[in-house]
Amino acid sequence: MTVSGLIKSIREIPREELLAPGHRLCAGCGIPQLVRLTLKAVKGPKVVVTSTGCLEVATTIFPYTSWRVPWVHSAFENAAATASGIEAAFRILEKKKGVKKPKVIVFGGDGGTFDIGLQALSGALERGHDLIYICYDNEAYMNTGIQRSGATPKGAATTTSPAGRVIPGKLERKKDLVGIAIAHGVRYAATMNPAYPVDMYNKLVKAASISGPTVLHYFTPCPTGWRADPAKSIEIARLAVQTRVWPLYEYEDGTYRINVLVKKPKPVEEYFKLQGRFKHLFKPENKWLLEEIKRDIEENWQRLLRLAGIEE
Amino acid sequence: MRGKLTGMNGNTAVAYAVKQAEVDVIAAYPITPQTIIVERLSEYVNNGELNAAFIPVESEHTALSACVGASLAGARVFTATASQGLALMYEILWIASALRTTVVMALANRALSAPINIHCSHDDAYAARDTGWIELFAENVQEAYDLTLQAFRISEDKRVLLPTIVNLDGFILTHSLEGLYVLDDKDVKEFLPPKEPVLPIDPDNPITYGPLDLYDYYIEHKRQQAEAMKNSYGPIKEIHRKYSEFTGRKYAPLKTFGMEDAEVAMMILGSSAGTARYVARKLRKNGKKVGVISLTVYRPFPVDEIREALKGVKAVAVMDRSYSFGSPGAQLYMDVAAALYNEKERPLLFNVIYGLGGRDLKPEHVAWVFEKAEEVARTGEVREPQIWIGVRE
Repeated sequence: MTVSGLIKSIREIPREELLAPGHRLCAGCGIPQLVRLTLKAVKGPKVVVTSTGCLEVATTIFPYTSWRVPWVHSAFENAAATASGIEAAFRILEKKKGVKKPKVIVFGGDGGTFDIGLQALSGALERGHDLIYICYDNEAYMNTGIQRSGATPKGAATTTSPAGRVIPGKLERKKDLVGIAIAHGVRYAATMNPAYPVDMYNKLVKAASISGPTVLHYFTPCPTGWRADPAKSIEIARLAVQTRVWPLYEYEDGTYRINVLVKKPKPVEEYFKLQGRFKHLFKPENKWLLEEIKRDIEENWQRLLRLAGIEE
Repeated sequence: MRGKLTGMNGNTAVAYAVKQAEVDVIAAYPITPQTIIVERLSEYVNNGELNAAFIPVESEHTALSACVGASLAGARVFTATASQGLALMYEILWIASALRTTVVMALANRALSAPINIHCSHDDAYAARDTGWIELFAENVQEAYDLTLQAFRISEDKRVLLPTIVNLDGFILTHSLEGLYVLDDKDVKEFLPPKEPVLPIDPDNPITYGPLDLYDYYIEHKRQQAEAMKNSYGPIKEIHRKYSEFTGRKYAPLKTFGMEDAEVAMMILGSSAGTARYVARKLRKNGKKVGVISLTVYRPFPVDEIREALKGVKAVAVMDRSYSFGSPGAQLYMDVAAALYNEKERPLLFNVIYGLGGRDLKPEHVAWVFEKAEEVARTGEVREPQIWIGVRE
């Protein structure tokens, strides 16, 4: 794909801010960085649709709003559905009345994407609406108080998957959102991480260049829900990549590319020890779970290497 | 009578009206007995007879969600559903009205599960009664056509800006072939000019739609919405009148028969109103002072007109094609009772449950109900406040 507007350095990121300061997202939250970069990378007229969740409640408490672009919130599970209607309406109004069609950007949390909104997302992808769907994944229902979602990683403690004496946190694996998107035949899907802003910006530019649905899966640290130091969010995010917990890769018209090839991964314990949600994994009785998680991480990395055609 | 005489079933007539309304976006999901509407509309779009985006959604929840988005974007929008589909949309019904969209929906009235049934009850129509939608009831195929056209004009009127449901009885109207007059396309254009969106999504004028609204503002916004619904009544009547003048077919929120001197009356919604009037006409020929009130406009509830129409009436049978479990009466009954309670002179009321799941309401049933009403009027006593009719017990 030859795309114009890709950047090599953080200095090339435009200065214009379309998310006004004064919003109520937590200190150390990764969402504002995602939104700011998205609104910078996606040029021209745009509309943002947001599912119910942290981003919605923290940026639009009436009578205030942080949004300098048209912004629509309807319900929790229907962001992709609402966006479908907006996109279809502008497609026809452009033909009938010459109204300029804006780019439609959707932000959904992991609950609104992996769980309750998965059907609406699937429908929108299958119908081929021209939209960028971005999941900001903080790996649990943070807005309602840290409940387990289909995106919560194995081993993590949440308020509905507590680290108990019998069941030590969540025992199930996280769904493969990018894989789900690719299975729908999308042309572009990728993972993103706030510790890699240039990579993230370029992926947003690529997604915006495509006419049709694209899916971006963004890792967003949640100091509140992860019981972590807000000052260490970026460090945690970087460790997620460097331990191979959160591989940065992209899928483009049939080709997989690993964007940060982590040759010598750091021990996953370095990532876990900065977060209270994984604290119990260091107890001797939970060693089996820690080992299982390590095997999962390695398996996933090998899978991606195979998909990207890389021999180690 | 303006228009050309032709034959259509209720669904085809609705689809034809929607095509003539030149909608921009249709988002709908198949469900019996509404499916013919979306099939016809898909054909119109795919054959180039209607320049619209048809969104073949994966559920009714998405159908209405997409309609909300499309309406906010400035499009003229239509959807259709029934029963379970309406139930799945329920959450978004409230959002569609509170965001002041102008979505028009045809609701092919069907009983709600369980047990599963595909035939007519008004469960779905009543399920929407508190959600902030204007609700109209068609009595026949002609009305299904006419009310669909009027619904767009009502919803999009700048004094209204609320979504509208057009109810038509499942199978009884949706699938019955009847004669009707359809307008020429140019006449429809004259009656229904293109939608002029109010504050649509516009990147040059960014607006935040659907923000978080807590205890410091929510109640004021709800009050504004309540006022909007109340204020829609005048424009609805005006649009009915204009359409009546335009087509020669009379429309008003209330249809009354024999009410000028009626001592007992029946109140009813939907296709059974015709049966009720047929029986009332016969009884009146025999000197019985009976009357029928059917509602074309169910929401906003025509309180004043109902009070006026029931002046001097001694007993009223309020007919409900649904049931409200654990309530003091079914849905229309409670509305009518509440509308009359503070009147100094008011009739005695009793509630009749009929026709659930498509069971026929026969003329002899209606005649029997009128007899009951006469008994109530004569004795001044309601011995049976609620009667189920046509049930094997």
